[in-house]
Amino acid sequence: MTQMNMVQAINDALRIAMRKDERVVVMGEDVGKVGGVFRVTSGLYDEFGDARVVDTPLSEGGIIGAAVGMALYGMIPVPEIQFSDFIWPAYDQIVSEVAKYRYRSGGEYTSKMVIRTPVGGGIRGGHYHSQHPEAQFIHVAGLKVVCPSNPYDAKGMLLASIADPDPVLFFEPKRVYRAAKGDVPEGEYTVPLESAAVVREGQHVTVIAYGAMLYEALDAAQKAAEQGIETEVVDLRTLWPVDIETIIASVKKTGRLIIVHEAPKTCGFGSELVSLVCEKAFYHLEAPPVRVTGYDTPFPYTLEMEYLPLSHRILPAILDTARAV
Amino acid sequence: MTSAAHESMFTASVHDDDVVRVLGTDGTLDARNDPGLSPEEVVHLYRHMVLTRLVDDRLVTLQRQGRIGFHIGSLGEEAAIIGSAYALRKQDWLFPCYREFGAALLRGMPLERYLDNMFGNANDPVKGRQMPDHYTCKAAQFGSVSSPIGTQITQAVGFAWAAKIQKQDLVALTYFGEGATSSNEFHNGLNFAGVFKTPTVFICRNNGWAISVPTERQTASRTFAEKGIAYGVPSVRVDGNDLFAVIAVTRDAIRRASAGEGSTLIEAITYRMGGHSTSDDPTRYRDKSLLDPWADRDPLARIKRYLDKQGWFTDAEEQKLRTEIDARLRDLVEASEKTPPPSLESMFEDVYAEQPWHLREQCAELLAGPRAPSAHH
Repeated sequence: MTQMNMVQAINDALRIAMRKDERVVVMGEDVGKVGGVFRVTSGLYDEFGDARVVDTPLSEGGIIGAAVGMALYGMIPVPEIQFSDFIWPAYDQIVSEVAKYRYRSGGEYTSKMVIRTPVGGGIRGGHYHSQHPEAQFIHVAGLKVVCPSNPYDAKGMLLASIADPDPVLFFEPKRVYRAAKGDVPEGEYTVPLESAAVVREGQHVTVIAYGAMLYEALDAAQKAAEQGIETEVVDLRTLWPVDIETIIASVKKTGRLIIVHEAPKTCGFGSELVSLVCEKAFYHLEAPPVRVTGYDTPFPYTLEMEYLPLSHRILPAILDTARAV
Repeated sequence: MTSAAHESMFTASVHDDDVVRVLGTDGTLDARNDPGLSPEEVVHLYRHMVLTRLVDDRLVTLQRQGRIGFHIGSLGEEAAIIGSAYALRKQDWLFPCYREFGAALLRGMPLERYLDNMFGNANDPVKGRQMPDHYTCKAAQFGSVSSPIGTQITQAVGFAWAAKIQKQDLVALTYFGEGATSSNEFHNGLNFAGVFKTPTVFICRNNGWAISVPTERQTASRTFAEKGIAYGVPSVRVDGNDLFAVIAVTRDAIRRASAGEGSTLIEAITYRMGGHSTSDDPTRYRDKSLLDPWADRDPLARIKRYLDKQGWFTDAEEQKLRTEIDARLRDLVEASEKTPPPSLESMFEDVYAEQPWHLREQCAELLAGPRAPSAHH
């Protein structure tokens, strides 16, 4: 075991995957000599050279389009989109091509790749360095969408994603890139992509969170405990296909549900989670499900800490939901 | 009409001061770029072009009869498509637009499967999941057709780039229309190809029209070929209705790519003699007189004149060929039409390698519903 932050853990996973399988190629803007703007690919260029750690022209559509071709050839591209806010020029390739290749070719071809991209706010990044666009990808049939919250999961889930036969969108919560630290085993291990984690047990209310907001949920749960409310906190880890069994089991236990995400409220992933819980556990609910999310505005700069669903907004939701009759 | 008149007409319509041409309209070959095809090869390719055209005719008829939903054909563009596909070596790959079924068939896609795709039946290579003319054939090293414009261009670059990284000698050839030169992916593809010197051959079928929009609304550039210059990708213009010239320039591009000299953009000047697809009505935007000069340059007629001159393929042989193809198409269409649709369950397969819980639930819901076969008795 070694203490690592998420940047180090993801870097370690990339290095292990590239040493193990020469088909793995890292590509993107500034991923080479400089090691990425967040240094996630640091040192890979020196070890694997510029044929496998490729600084590309500044075009996300070109990066993903070329990665599709590489995947069709049989490589395992791990393209980086420098900020998820800049992924939209590649949206056509992701939606029309990456997600559909297996299906549209009757299973003849796959466009298997792992698209890594930092997400989320709280880093003073304004509109274009802060967004959390998971819903736009969960809605597309054929993609897997993951968002680990800690170094152990980040390494294990990235290795699982690279080994997975399907295309994976790997969202990295950049606010906790260096803040989240923990013990990480050396060498190869995987964390399965289909399982959520109950990271705090409680019987009064369930809070579902992921990425950087997990820590806000845990903070609020700790404060609620001081007032006698025991909160169960579920870290989704994989957003889609979601671990519905863990969610339903927790809701059946607590009867009360709060969903936390940074993305805007309307048509956010929370909407889908509430619907799923209503379809599968409606009669176990003892209070209306609640969403604590970003607002339906563009992501703001100065007021970002008011926009984000931080602990100070989650705590009252926990208390109100737990006490609702 | 004399051959000089043909030449001047061509010049007037396409500014062809720099167009590679081998087969004269009078049926003679220009020795400078002659690809040196044997009589057997020319006859083989001519037969394949006739097949392609008769398939086109039949599919338009089937669509008009309401028996298939859609067809997008290659009427008038057969030489550009079949010549370039023929130039490929065995190890090379092809990334199509949606108008190149002739290339797929030439590279080994069974005609049966293509027709199954037209009916979206249980034997359709893509299991009835896509519109007609959106097929795939990995065995023929032929990619997968999708509708968004230009997406295949960067993919062909990535494929060729991967081969280069893996030190495999292969070339990825991609097709697109001149309309696609306005798309993001054309610029991405040529730019990446230029920077990484990938072994890619870009075939721009300049057929004059992107549905109803003529070439002058796609670009203010003098030619489509010159767009390659800005990306450091050498380019060439070729008479796309000249099978020999298309083979010659494509072979040259493949040779360059294989030698590590990078990509080539080929602008094949041709003409879309039909509508964009069976859903289109070109009489709304294209004066019929515009077709006349191109009818004279019909790629099949041009080769037939050459074959006649050489005495390699008689009119009787042609008649026999057409009769055989007609009979074969009748049988194959009948078989495809009779083949049942894909199973309901197949709708939920291949979304992922393994079916996740939500698709299992949705499949079960469909199978329990009123449209399931079990509900009929």
